[in-house]
Order: sequence, then C-alpha cells, then structure tokens
Amino acid sequence: MSVAVRPRSRVSALPRLLRPAGEPTSLSAHVAHYGGLPRLRGEAEALIADVEASGLRGRGGAGFPTHLKLRAVRAGRSPIVVANGVEGEPPSHKDKLLMRTNPHLVLDGAVAAAAAVGARQIVIAVGRNAASARDSLAGAIAERARAGSREQFELVTIPDRFVAGEETALVHWLNGGPAKPAFVPPRPYEKGVRGRPTLVQNVETLANIALIARHGPGWFRELGSDDEPGSMLVTLGGAVGRPGITELESGSSLRDALERCDGFDESPQALLIGGYFGTWVPAARALDAPLSDAGLRPFGAALGARSLAVLPQQRCGVAETARIADYLARESAGQCGPCVFGLRAIADALTAIATCDSGAAAALKRVRRVAQQVTGRGACAHPNGATRLVESALAVFADEVGHHLSGYCSARSSESVLPVPHGPVEWR
Amino acid sequence: MTRRTTHLRVNPIRCDAYGHCAELLPELIELDEWGYPIIADGPVPAGLQREARRVVSLCPRLALVLEQRDAHRA
Amino acid sequence: MSSVLTSGPVWYLMRGSGVVSLLLLTSVSALGIATVSRWRPGRMPRFVTLGLHRNISLLAVAFLSVHVLTAVIDPQASVSAVAVIVPLPSDRYALWLGLAALALDLVVALVVTSLLRHRLPLRFWRAVHWLAYLAWPVALLHGAGMGTDAGSSWMLAVDAACIAIFAGAVVLRMINAPRAAAKHLEPTTLRVAR
Repeated sequence: MSVAVRPRSRVSALPRLLRPAGEPTSLSAHVAHYGGLPRLRGEAEALIADVEASGLRGRGGAGFPTHLKLRAVRAGRSPIVVANGVEGEPPSHKDKLLMRTNPHLVLDGAVAAAAAVGARQIVIAVGRNAASARDSLAGAIAERARAGSREQFELVTIPDRFVAGEETALVHWLNGGPAKPAFVPPRPYEKGVRGRPTLVQNVETLANIALIARHGPGWFRELGSDDEPGSMLVTLGGAVGRPGITELESGSSLRDALERCDGFDESPQALLIGGYFGTWVPAARALDAPLSDAGLRPFGAALGARSLAVLPQQRCGVAETARIADYLARESAGQCGPCVFGLRAIADALTAIATCDSGAAAALKRVRRVAQQVTGRGACAHPNGATRLVESALAVFADEVGHHLSGYCSARSSESVLPVPHGPVEWR
Repeated sequence: MTRRTTHLRVNPIRCDAYGHCAELLPELIELDEWGYPIIADGPVPAGLQREARRVVSLCPRLALVLEQRDAHRA
Repeated sequence: MSSVLTSGPVWYLMRGSGVVSLLLLTSVSALGIATVSRWRPGRMPRFVTLGLHRNISLLAVAFLSVHVLTAVIDPQASVSAVAVIVPLPSDRYALWLGLAALALDLVVALVVTSLLRHRLPLRFWRAVHWLAYLAWPVALLHGAGMGTDAGSSWMLAVDAACIAIFAGAVVLRMINAPRAAAKHLEPTTLRVAR
C-alpha cells in the first residue's frame, strides 16, 4: 500500500529538482511549489516499498539501489542519517547547486529517509568550500526551527579532499578522525557513526526520495527507462558554450545534454564521462550514446557522478590526463602502499609522456604495468578510478601518445581545460 | 547446499610491507615492487588452509583476514 | 628440610638465572627492534627474525620465572612475594628491588598482551609494546646495582655487552626508519604537468 499520491501537478515534467534561477528558497515558496511532505509516521515500510518500486538508484556515483540501503539500515538499532553533499570531484557541481537553490527539498529527503529507517538523528554534510550551499542549508534549517518544526539537523562542513565524500571517509570524519576511507567490512550501514547503522545518501538521491514520498513510484518512472528511471542532474564542463548544470531525463543522449548548454565551444575531440573517476570516450562515437550505465557500457564507461567534460580538438588529452593523474596521486589518503606509490609512479610516468621526454617509451610501459598492478589493491576505489581514467586515456589518445613518443605534441594550445585544484588542504 | 569457500584478504591500511606473508606463503602471496602483498585471486586451496591460518596469525600488523564466502558469490 | 634450601645452590641459581634473563631480554629487544626495522640479514627471510623474537621471549620468561621464584624461596635473599610485583620500602636494597618489581611488571604486561594480540585492539597492543624500551633499561639497572655481584668485573662485562647489543639495534632502527615508515613518508609533491 502506497502513501497518499498527490494528483499529478506541474512537478511531473522536467525540471523536477532544479528551481528556475532567482526563485526564492523560502519554506513557503517550497511548499507552494512542491506541496508539503506527507506525514510518514508509521509509513516507513510503505515508503521503502515505494522507493523500491520506483527503481531509484544512488545519484552519488556508485548507483546502488536505494531501497536496499534503506532496508539494511532499518534493520539495525538506533540508526542515523547522513546527507552526503560533499561532492569531492572538482568538475562536479550539481550537489552544490541543488543544496544552494533547493535546500528544503534536500532537507525533506533527509527527513523522509530518517522516517524510512527509523532514525532520529540527521547530519547534513557539505564541503568546506561550498559556502553558499552551506549558508542556504543553514538558513533553511533555521527557518524550519522558527516555523516550529521539531526536526533536528546537524550541519557539518567537511575538508575539500577528493575522497572525503566516500561514505566510509565521511563516517570516519564524523567519528572524530580524518576524512580518509576505512577498510570494509563493516560498511556504514552496519556500523558507522558512533558504531550505529548509518545511512549515507547523496543529496540528489534524497531529493528524489522527497518527491517519491509525495507523488509515488509511478510518477518517478514517467521519465527515463525501465532500468534507469527518473531524472538526473548533470554537470557539463570543458569546451561547451555554457558550462553548468542541467537536469535531464535518465537515458538522454550526450548530444541532448550538450545542446542544453549551447553546444560546443570548439570542435570536440573526446569526452570525459564520470569526472576524474571516469573514462575518456572519443567524441564522434559517443555523442549519440544514451546517458545511462547500460548505454555507456559498450564504451567501457559509466555515469558515475554524472560530470561530463568536453576536450576540444586543439588540446592535448595526454597533458590533461597527466595533470589529473598528478592531482589524483596527491589526493591519495596515504593509507595504502599500492595507492601511495602506484599513483605517484603513474602520474610521473604520464608526465614524462606528456612532456615528450626521452624516457617516454619506458614510461608508457611503466604506466601500463603499474596500473594493472595497483587496481583493486587499495582500501577504497580511489586507485581503481585513477587507473581506469589513465587506461582510457592511453586508448583514446593513442595517436597523440605516438606523437609524444616521437618527440612532439600535435596540440595547438597547452592551456588546461579541466580544473585541477592546487594547494595544501587539511584532512580534518 | 551452498559451498563455503575461504578467501585470504589483506587490509591495505594496516599493511606496512613487512613481507613476512609472502615468505611464509609464496604459493598465494607475492610482493609488488614496493613490498606490498599481491594475493592470488580465488579461494584458498584446501591443502593450504592451515598455512593460510598461520600466516594470518603471524602477520606483525594483523593485516590479513580470512573470509568465508558462499561459493556461488565468489 | 632446610638443607635443600641452603643458600648455596638456590642463591647461585637465582643469580645465574638473573644474568641469563638479562641476556635473553636484551636479545629479545634487539630482535624486536630488528623486526620493525625490516632488517634482512643476507638471504635469511624476515619472518625468522620475528620468529626468534617470539621464541626467545618465551625462553626469557622461563628463566625469569626461575629467577623470581628462587629469590622468593631463598632464605638469605628474603624477598617477599609482594615485593616481587610491587616496589616496597625496605632495607638498603629497596631501590634495586623496586626496579626489579617494575621490570617484572613490564615484562608480564608485554608477554600477556602479546599472547592476547589477536583479541586486543591493535593500538592498545602497540602502546603497551612500546614499554619494552622502558623494561630493558630498568632490568639492566636492577642487575647492575643489585646484590653481591654488583660492581664485579664480569657483571660489568655482561652489562656492557647488553648495552652494546641494544644500542646497535637502536642505531639500526634509526637508519632504517624511512624504509619502515615508507608509505607514511612518501612525499606528495606539487607538480604541474606542463
């Protein structure tokens, strides 16, 4: 039996999660647009059943079926909900935008998830750099308190490290340690914050739960395919006309996504799908591929955190990847030998290739060997993502690599396209 | 009837490249170029179960674990 | 009855087992330090160093037990059972007996926590094991100042040998420190690709 289904309103089509620019984020505006969150007392099982029927999967990058997580945490004693808005990927901004422009929907989602798992504590985690998102959430929390709501939220800011948004890293920080991943098992849903079952859920996923609680699973499935229903927020960057975030139907093609941001800036060479944890794909082949895990599988790619970046023709993909690889090596938590040494070796070797160094041929062999040796041998997926990115670069930019081994680079410009943060950042 | 298999796994956070495990169980463990263990995929063969338990016990950092998994999920 | 317990044999057994205990404790400490230094003598596998450390420590416990037991039952030594584990103010040997009690307490803590290593949190075991750096000098001092052998030339020679072995191990440790802490020291240098 489902919770009360509101009649289909203007919330049925896109955009579902994004509000038009300039819309007020007050509680009254929120309720006027979406309606109030239905009472969920005693409806936990019904809500989880609705989430299962909707086919919602995590929007944080792993794509795990949400209802499984909810059920697992619900089975434990004294659970706790953590809304994960940390978004450590530099090219990804969708979570920050969602929290800034639609904080009440995120809070609704956290409240709904807490009702579903029987949690009485809710933590909202935001990256330290995302000041406006944090302020927006703080304002929304204060507004709810003034309106007499008895929900309790704890808003925390997390260091801006690449791996800080990983669920065990987030839990580690909440338990008083650095934002570094932990060895599993036990996973947070079994034993997380203060040893309690912890639901760590991406803020976009929570926002979707808030809407499913209002409109039911059928409504959610009106967009997207059977396997990958709903909408998704996508960050578009690189050489596009208007870099930014757009909300798309699951399974839309890359071409649709790119047209939403005024097309290409320059003629595209390749696309980086899934952020720095993702894969390079040649532009020509991938443009009409559907933006879904199933659609991208033939290219060896996955959606991940849904960040797409376009590399134009006149740039060097090898140099871009070398910069990213160096960043990923620096962002290692430093806990696991293969990651610490392997990613550094890969980054150094890629740099040798990117600079057309005389040792580039040996460096190429070394990259391939080390990448194979290192993948899967860390406590978290960080080395896997890095090696996958590098291996896809070597495949997609094979011609360019050949040029570099001969001692020259065919790119016209050495300006970087993809942002790589610099400077020391703390772990705590 | 689901068969249960035993798998040897290293906790890479605890591991500090002492290298004793590779010396004691070279059939399943070798060291990478930085001294960290690479454990062979797949379940521990029946004949090496006792050695595997010994290696888990003797690791100076208690970084090795033996996990029981259902055979069909390996 | 008391003829069995004449001070002669028991007395010598007490002193002898004490000296052997000190030598064994020194070896155990040196082997432990060598293990953590990732010491690899020639082609010998490294697990041998750790294996020797464990086995010799059990031998040391055996000799230490004899030493303590004989000290208690020997009528001339007249060490009470309580004084064995707790430093007590007594006569002119108060300081040296106090050190003995402290050394024994520390060794017991080291051995018991190591036997229960798998059941204790790793950080707790490590914290207690660091006390080995305290146990050894305390044992050495006790041996150096206690009783009739104190000051004799052969005892001084034994002490000197123990100090040399222990110091050598510590130097080895300091030289090998980077290798031992490898992943923690790996610099993550800031580099720009182009």
